[in-house]
Amino acid sequence: MVVSVASGKGGTGKTTVAVNLALSLEENVQFLDCDVEEPNAHIFLKPKITHARSLSVLVPKVDEKRCTYCGKCARFCSYNAIAIVKEKVLFFPELCHNCGGCTIVCPEKAIREVKRPKGVIEEGRSGKIRFIKGELNVGEAVSPPLIREVKRAADEDFLTIIDVPPGTSCPVIEAVKESDFCLLVTEPTPFGLNDLILAVEVMRKLKIPFAVVINRSDIGDGKVEEYCEKEKIPILMRIPMDRRIATAYSKGTPIVEEIPEYREKFKELYEKIKQMLSK
Amino acid sequence: MKQIVVISGKGGTGKTVISASFASLAEKKVMADCDVDAADLHLLLHPTVKEEYDFLGKVARIDQERCTQCGRCQEVCRFEAISDFTIDPVSCEGCGVCAYVCPQKAIEMVEDVSGKWFVSETKYGPLVHAKLGIAEENSGKLVSLVKQKARQIAEEEGCEFIIIDGPPGIGCPVIASLSGVDVALIVSEPTLSGIHDLERVAGVAHHFGVRSLVCINKYDLNMENSQQIEEFCQSHGIEIAGKIPFDSTVTEAMVCGKSIVEYSDGKVSRRIKEVWEKVKEV
Repeated sequence: MVVSVASGKGGTGKTTVAVNLALSLEENVQFLDCDVEEPNAHIFLKPKITHARSLSVLVPKVDEKRCTYCGKCARFCSYNAIAIVKEKVLFFPELCHNCGGCTIVCPEKAIREVKRPKGVIEEGRSGKIRFIKGELNVGEAVSPPLIREVKRAADEDFLTIIDVPPGTSCPVIEAVKESDFCLLVTEPTPFGLNDLILAVEVMRKLKIPFAVVINRSDIGDGKVEEYCEKEKIPILMRIPMDRRIATAYSKGTPIVEEIPEYREKFKELYEKIKQMLSK
Repeated sequence: MKQIVVISGKGGTGKTVISASFASLAEKKVMADCDVDAADLHLLLHPTVKEEYDFLGKVARIDQERCTQCGRCQEVCRFEAISDFTIDPVSCEGCGVCAYVCPQKAIEMVEDVSGKWFVSETKYGPLVHAKLGIAEENSGKLVSLVKQKARQIAEEEGCEFIIIDGPPGIGCPVIASLSGVDVALIVSEPTLSGIHDLERVAGVAHHFGVRSLVCINKYDLNMENSQQIEEFCQSHGIEIAGKIPFDSTVTEAMVCGKSIVEYSDGKVSRRIKEVWEKVKEV
């Protein structure tokens, strides 16, 4: 089973929920940190990394001796990653989506593909949790290839928990798609509600069963609760604002280590997910 | 004219709260909300939409009558978007390679509306903002459009500042938000995650040659970590624009739909004003 933890808005507590859920379960758990732009789960899980490898993607390299500056590649590229300025080919590798189109369209066969490092995949263990993390290289723009690679490294026999990046666009889709269930973490504020509604639309579009966890549940207003009731979205857990949790978070300590009673609450959360899926 | 972008690496550190405050503090400015995935600035600025535009994306479509199921498209697609001779529009990134290689010319790249963008009026001045469609691609391109329009308005109206509320992360919409700006204000928080993410986003700003300043939000939640942020900034030649204390009035202001400086005259507002004074002088 694959449970992903997402939210439209950043900083609502995705990593907190994902990490503490992973630490509370008796099952064989593997944790995938797919927030490859800003991965944080390792700060809390402190895994021992046993294996790290660099992921490269294919980007074009132009043989200027063969190039006639016809501009076909630049016109074909949907991502503005190639431009021809006078008698020169300008290539912007951070914009390249590695589709391979320029190589195919070049009439002079002047473009071949070369490897360019995109990021790093780390695998290891945190206690009995199998841990996999992707980390995008600073300066790279396009993260989905790395997210795909993190997911490929997963072992299907495990209960998989995925920490998803914030937002609603391509990196989020790449991380959550094919999940059996998704927890949407939000906070009861106007920003939290606005971005929760967007995240709900993503889940509905992808047809992934989902439910909500409200973090800092006693701040803000009651509009997230009202919205969930109206939309018949189950709220599976509420985590109140607690200085102990905030301080523990700031130091990289999981809630269940600071306040062990939470272990039962996260187990209950998982039981509720299973119940929802068995219906 | 000065372009200021507010970014953070980590989400939820207070970018939008600070951008909205700058909107109410700055004179002669245009605002741009470049968090096109999950835009929130409108919740504090209450825009009246004046102009609305479609943001068009491309997606492949297979004409099943022409398709001979040769499988060439599936071979060349790098996004695993084609299976059983049908396109998954969610996975399709609109590159057009399948349409190019199809020997039957059975694949067409069709335009679809993958978002909207708006020019609005607010009580603080013009706001350019956008809404990327759900599960759509190319947020970087939409960010560039929003910024371009904001620049055009700023030039026409002789504005002094463009205030850009940026997205979280370090990927394509962040890079698009950073391009061509004069200064990036990085909003950080004193948590280990916040520090980790600050270091990465500061690296991105540096990589693209943008000068950055850092402001530590909720600095009093963990003084030790705040100290670590200051040391990081010092060793990397990054100026600290200010430190903002934790205060529950920030959430109260948000619930009331107001920027914090408009809502309260308390310590948070005073500190944000100091940050603005520093940022605008860069």
